[in-house]
Amino acid sequence: MSEDPTATFRVEAGELLEQVEQGLLDLGHRLGDMALVNAVFRGLHTLKGSGAMFGFDALAAFTHHCESAFDRVRKGEVPATAELVSVILSARDHMAALVDGDAPKAEGDAILARLAAAVDAARGGGAGAAASAAVPAAQGWKMFFRLPADAMANGTNPLMLLDELRDLGEAEVRVRTDALPPLSELIPNECHLGWDVTLRGDISREAIEDVFIFVMDDMTLEIAPLGDEAPAEPVVVEDAPAVVAAAIEAAAPVAAAAGGPPAAAQPAVENVRVPAERLDALMDRVGELVIAQSRLSQLANNRHDLLLRSVTEDIERLAGELRDTMMVLRMVPVSSLFGRFRRLIHDLARETGKSIELQTSGETTEVDKTVIERLFDPLVHIIRNSCDHGLEAPADRLAAGKSETGLVKLSAHQAGGEVLITIVDDGRGIDRDRVRAKGEANGLIEPGQQLADEELFGLIFHPGFSTAAQVTNLSGRGVGMDVVKRTIESLRGSISVTSEAGKGSTITLRIPLTLAIIEGLLVRVGESRYVLPLSAVEECLELSLEEDLRSRGRSLITLRDRLVPFVRLRDLFGTGTRPDPHQKIVVVATGRERVGLVVDQIIGNHQTVIKSLSAFHRGVGSFSGATILGDGNVALILDVAQLVAMAQPREETLRAAS
Amino acid sequence: MPQAKQRAEAAMAAADTDWNERGELEVLTFDVGGETLALEATMVREILDLLPETLVPGAPALVRHVVNFRGRIVPVADLRLAFAMEAAETTPDSRIVVIELPIDGEQTLIGLRTDHVREVATLSAGASEEAPVVGMRWQRDYVRRLVRWRDDLIILPDLSAIFAAVLSPRP
Repeated sequence: MSEDPTATFRVEAGELLEQVEQGLLDLGHRLGDMALVNAVFRGLHTLKGSGAMFGFDALAAFTHHCESAFDRVRKGEVPATAELVSVILSARDHMAALVDGDAPKAEGDAILARLAAAVDAARGGGAGAAASAAVPAAQGWKMFFRLPADAMANGTNPLMLLDELRDLGEAEVRVRTDALPPLSELIPNECHLGWDVTLRGDISREAIEDVFIFVMDDMTLEIAPLGDEAPAEPVVVEDAPAVVAAAIEAAAPVAAAAGGPPAAAQPAVENVRVPAERLDALMDRVGELVIAQSRLSQLANNRHDLLLRSVTEDIERLAGELRDTMMVLRMVPVSSLFGRFRRLIHDLARETGKSIELQTSGETTEVDKTVIERLFDPLVHIIRNSCDHGLEAPADRLAAGKSETGLVKLSAHQAGGEVLITIVDDGRGIDRDRVRAKGEANGLIEPGQQLADEELFGLIFHPGFSTAAQVTNLSGRGVGMDVVKRTIESLRGSISVTSEAGKGSTITLRIPLTLAIIEGLLVRVGESRYVLPLSAVEECLELSLEEDLRSRGRSLITLRDRLVPFVRLRDLFGTGTRPDPHQKIVVVATGRERVGLVVDQIIGNHQTVIKSLSAFHRGVGSFSGATILGDGNVALILDVAQLVAMAQPREETLRAAS
Repeated sequence: MPQAKQRAEAAMAAADTDWNERGELEVLTFDVGGETLALEATMVREILDLLPETLVPGAPALVRHVVNFRGRIVPVADLRLAFAMEAAETTPDSRIVVIELPIDGEQTLIGLRTDHVREVATLSAGASEEAPVVGMRWQRDYVRRLVRWRDDLIILPDLSAIFAAVLSPRP
């Protein structure tokens, strides 16, 4: 799977281009069909927007022209003609090339020229070109522009903008550093530079504005025609076009060389979107196949038929590979999730009037697709809370000695069978007193009750709990955090909060890599086999017969100077069997709590497809699911959190007694 | 037979059984602990030979085991326990009847342990009676109707009531 963050866009662009093509082809047959015109326009519009968002500026700029042309058709200014459709179709091919990053610029310009001609022809007047739009300034333009500080965080690359200007004509660029903050306050990924650009040549004002089309809203841009103040320039007017042409030719290869990796390095990747339930069905079939195959293996081993055995081995290998492939199919990098939050932060900054920066890391961490989808809403809630409640207003931040821009960090990394997603903000932190006061007011805690931070912060996950003094349209209605917690728990995950007053808060989500598969430890208790999630297993020890007898009364073992309670699963499950002479203790942990589970035998590692239990067995408590073993039998998956919780009170009683 | 007609009307009025407009019901009949039970044929998904069962420690007695039914984990219910019948050895005729039933709002596959699967039969509402208040060793609300069919008395069990009792046991 590609780790390129733009891969998502390429998939989307592929689909959009396909859509646009179909629309255009249909339009070719039914020129008057406004529904088709609108569909094509929408496709182009989306492509332009997404392209700009993912840094495909050339694509966005090119698409913009086609979109404008279609906009005029849509508004009825220009009728759709066969010529126009065919030009846009070739433009579509050029867009596809731009998406792949191997489009010669000259071809794009040629298409745009044909597009202009087609529009003019359709309008019924061939001579309209010169009269339309802005009057080109023969000599050129002088301009100054400065981008907003967060422009780079939002995906704008000032160098690309300058390159585009250079593509327009002979450009002279001077940087202005007057707005640079002192080094101690400089945030390196903010943009504080401004540029003076003198552009010579026969260029329309529109062409310049097009360069800035996606950053226009927030930036400073001053454009003045050249000529008033520079009459002394010894430029011979007739020579100008030649100079411009030369400049374009010179710039083109440079732009091509700088335009990312060469096309050959990116072989076309075809993507197919498949509904998740079909994947699930496939997964079930593969599971059955693996089971049938192991039955076949057992049969083959009982017969002395070499041919049968070799075929069986082939099938065994294929079935194993098929299962592994199947498991990978469902995994997607979290970048597809994180990418969606850039826009959210942008909007939040605008709504709250705060300056917010989003930093992400660990985007290549892969998680099950279902998990990713179900994580989106909880993360939106958490990030909104961080931005709205956590981060202070710029003035308050300055007063507190922080930089004006609030920081929200979103990171993911894999730890064993879990993915840890942390959301860190450098805001004011959670107000312990206010949480306590609110908890007391809601009757969740007793007045004056001693609470550990964990318990105190746990209160914010109660329904209807909000400490926001002011309800904003973003958050503070007390819905959200309890929903967040429930969603995370439904994913078999957990959520924890730490916070330091004045420094900010950290929210950590621990999510299993996949809902479908766990790496498990297969153990035997009595005559039954059970699976323990390997991520929870800390170590395995032998429980000697003497220790077993000695510990009859107290069920505690000493493990590196710590007392660890243990549970005899044989007793817990009432197997009624005699213990094995060499029992084992599997030490499992959740968070800081540890508990030893006494089993008769450790069978080994087992990659397991998790199946849910029916309503009858969900309430049993000690089991989180079930799985099907190689021989077709069912093994139950132990719910470690439940078992640990079950063992803990006994430890406390013992501690109190001693 | 006016009495039978009344009975049929009463049976068809009962909401929990879908008698068709002719007062008939297509069922699968099977034996459990010496009695013959019947369930709507539309409810039945499959009839299986016995499968290796896995005990779920701590599970309600009625649904103590699970089996692997085509890659799905399906609970196996022993209706003997609901009707206070004696446990019996499995025989070569023993089968698991897999049915689909809404449990707690979700469609659930359940395997029913049976001693012998008989046939698909058409019962008539006119030959059915409400479970008598006395003279029956079974819990009355576990029985929807008793139906005479040929020389037998067939029990139409109320599985929803039986399984609801498993999920929220009476105090």
